[in-house]
Amino acid sequence: MSGSSSWSFREEDAQAIQGILTGFLAESNARTALIVDRTGQMVATVGETPRFDPTAFASLTAADFSANDQLARMLGEPEFGALFHQGERESMYLADVARRVILVVLFDNRTTLGLVKLRVKSAVGQLNQVFTDMFSRDGTSAPGVASEFLGEAEDEIDKLFGA
Amino acid sequence: MSMINYASREINCKLVYYGPGLGGKTTNLEFVYNKVEPGSRGKMISLATETERTLFFDFLPVDLGTIRGFKVKFHLYTVPGQVYYNASRKLILKGVDGVVFVADSQIERMDANIEAMQNLYENMSQHGYDLTRIPFAIQYNKRDLPNAAPVSELQAALNPGWPVEEPARQRVLPDPNRESEFLVSQLDGQWIERAPYFEAVALTGDGVFDTLKAISKNVVKTLG
Repeated sequence: MSGSSSWSFREEDAQAIQGILTGFLAESNARTALIVDRTGQMVATVGETPRFDPTAFASLTAADFSANDQLARMLGEPEFGALFHQGERESMYLADVARRVILVVLFDNRTTLGLVKLRVKSAVGQLNQVFTDMFSRDGTSAPGVASEFLGEAEDEIDKLFGA
Repeated sequence: MSMINYASREINCKLVYYGPGLGGKTTNLEFVYNKVEPGSRGKMISLATETERTLFFDFLPVDLGTIRGFKVKFHLYTVPGQVYYNASRKLILKGVDGVVFVADSQIERMDANIEAMQNLYENMSQHGYDLTRIPFAIQYNKRDLPNAAPVSELQAALNPGWPVEEPARQRVLPDPNRESEFLVSQLDGQWIERAPYFEAVALTGDGVFDTLKAISKNVVKTLG
């Protein structure tokens, strides 16, 4: 394959992730857990619905994590497995999952960094398993898009960007 | 390749605008932002210096609507043009589905164009991607300037073509955007493919949507 490897995300994957993250939020008392792909795409959101633009948030998260990955290498570390950004009221904790996606936890003063960190560990372990399985099966059984898709997509492109 | 999310019925495609500093990459995105209906696009994010030079990237999500049950979105990114931001340029290419190289047509910028093109090939191959195998288009910007180099010179320097090895693809492919020109053709017994190219004046928007239309259609073709 010439480009980056493709992957697809199915209903059953969403349910597995939802289950893990729902359990994690209950145990950690964090507000929201999000899964962001390393290329900058939002994969899943569980918990309180964030008020920000999720698309923009995902692209910035991926950039943040990638930039810090490079900083880690400069220091001679293979990676920073997790990042923490502290605000006055709202904070976020980011953790790598299977080297392909990022778990983002949003929390406030209803919990503590220590508890979030503790609970993230086991959530990441479970998520690693789900994503590793997902990536290993890809390219073998993922259903493609319908054949009529292409023609309709081209029509929409003409409409949106001017024929 | 793009991610197909069957759970949320979404397909997201990543397009990256690459090229030398001050070539017009951000201007392309700004024009798209201003012209596309607000309902079809998200917020534009620019991580720029105080002097409005792109520091990390610009980002603009554009929503194509729902097609056959899938919400299709294009995520448009630019990279910083300045060479010393190469580390961030490279990061943005991760997971790219299509590349637009925005060249500055001014004769004085020829070396900067060539350097940026070489840098693009290098950064793509460091990610393990082959630029000759993914949707790729070149935009010659600033065609309105008096010191703009002739397109033939820009083509020779930046888009000389690459050899087509697969026998199935060794056939004449006309350029759909211009008469009597070809994307795949035979030169001195060798089959050569060139990237489609577009002339533009990004400040006024000339050629901006032609480029975007071509690259996004080619990206959509790779989804099937």
